[in-house]
Amino acid sequence: MAVLTAKELAVGYENQSVLENINFEINAGDYFCIVGENGSGKTTLMKTILGLQAPMSGSISFGDGLENNEIGYLPQQSVVQRDFPASVYEIVLSGCQNSLGKGFFYSAEHKKLAMANIKRLGIEKLKNRCYRELSGGQQQRVLLARALCATKNALLLDEPVAGLDPQVTTEMYELIKQLNDDGLTIIMISHDIQNVKAYANKIYDVNTKEVRNVR
Amino acid sequence: MLDKLIMYMGFPFVRYALIVGVLIALCSSLLGVTLVLKRYSYIGDGLSHVAFGALSIATVLNLTNKMIIVLPLTIIFAILLLRKGQNTKIKGDAAIAMLSVGALAFGYMLMNLFPSSSNVAGDVCTTLFGSTSILTLTQLDVWICGILSVVVIAIFILFYNKIFAVTFDENFANAVGTNVNLYNLLIATVIAIIIVLAMNLVGSLLISALVIFPALSAMSVFKSFKKVTIFSAVSSMICALFGILISILVGTPVGSTIVTVDVLLFGVCYLIGRIRG
Ligand SMILES: Nc1ncnc2c1ncn2[C@@H]1O[C@H](COP(=O)(O)OP(=O)(O)OP(=O)(O)O)[C@@H](O)[C@H]1O
Ligand SMILES: [Mg+2]
Repeated sequence: MAVLTAKELAVGYENQSVLENINFEINAGDYFCIVGENGSGKTTLMKTILGLQAPMSGSISFGDGLENNEIGYLPQQSVVQRDFPASVYEIVLSGCQNSLGKGFFYSAEHKKLAMANIKRLGIEKLKNRCYRELSGGQQQRVLLARALCATKNALLLDEPVAGLDPQVTTEMYELIKQLNDDGLTIIMISHDIQNVKAYANKIYDVNTKEVRNVR
Repeated sequence: MLDKLIMYMGFPFVRYALIVGVLIALCSSLLGVTLVLKRYSYIGDGLSHVAFGALSIATVLNLTNKMIIVLPLTIIFAILLLRKGQNTKIKGDAAIAMLSVGALAFGYMLMNLFPSSSNVAGDVCTTLFGSTSILTLTQLDVWICGILSVVVIAIFILFYNKIFAVTFDENFANAVGTNVNLYNLLIATVIAIIIVLAMNLVGSLLISALVIFPALSAMSVFKSFKKVTIFSAVSSMICALFGILISILVGTPVGSTIVTVDVLLFGVCYLIGRIRG
């Protein structure tokens, strides 16, 4: 059974749709890639999947034990966070906010989970550093660690390698592949067709609106 | 100097001023970082003018307790402004500019049309710059300020983690199911309360300084949210304490003295931040 199904979905802003006739199914454990050129509506599609905006028409449904607030999300780099005074640890811990529920403070378990994900991404040394002083690649790892705190099942990554040099890009892809091998469903937006082919098992092209099985 | 201070401390109104001043300074520093980083600082500015308008209504009506009108009106406008800010059709900052200038003009006109004392210019100056009002607090004022301060501090501590999450990355918070609108509403309400409180201390034109300077000082030296918050709270209280004491001893206006101390501290912090690299 699919964890996420899009049926005749149209996404857009204020009565103006940017992408229509979207149909796909994502199964548990998939490495699902969404490709398309700049401005084609990939981020818009992702925001709709996350419930940040409503679909113009059609539907998105979750299944197989996945809830829409159990998806870890790695946003496309935004400038808003640039000046924010926050340590790496504080940011990763904030990934636990959905399991806070009605509680006010993070428990020892939350803190353990945050530390575990910091270790998993190899950023222990940066734990007390200020986020705004990190390199782009390091910042991506921090946000990925935060996303991991928010989910046990699925990760949505919006251009996780944008602006990274080739070596760090490869590291990032290996890291994501490792997470996929550990059982996480990966939904990723990318421009990088070459690498996407090597890692993903399904590729959705927003132009042709077709899903290609790669592996 | 010390004798003079001890003598002054013998007066209850000086003690009130110190307690209330330090509490208000603490409250106003708490949301400073959020305000600066969420670009809410202009909302704070607009709201202080709304509070001025509300205060002049209360003055004209000759209410003994002006908070009854000022607080609800400011909260309502805080929520309205936040809503407007989210509405893409009407430019948020234009709406705020309109509202704040309008409230200012309206308030000044009211105070001139229905003068409650012979010294209108003095009254207006007091509401704008807070000059002596901190030393004329009644016991009731002290209680209200005290209770509101405790409420603000309690809300901030309880929702510290959520406020961090919503301030740092609203989209992520939304995506993982945090009720971002609710917390924005909470933040707006608390900002309104803080502004009404701070108006007692520094007057409506200087409120932004009280809210923003401690946060900016802390941000230029410290790098984690927790440290920034703690430092701005502590430094804001110390600045307020010094400001009030200096103003009593030297006879300068309370509000502007406190803000001057805040500005000096910012200068020092900025230099330290620069030197550290
Ligand atoms: N908040 C918004 N309001 C209205 N239109 C928007 C908004 N954000 C984006 N758009 C428009 O929607 C279209 C799709 O944008 P989107 O960000 O989804 O593209 P994208 O595929 O993610 O591009 P990129 O590869 O550059 O990230 C663009 O034409 C853009 O101008
Ligand atoms: Mg995009």
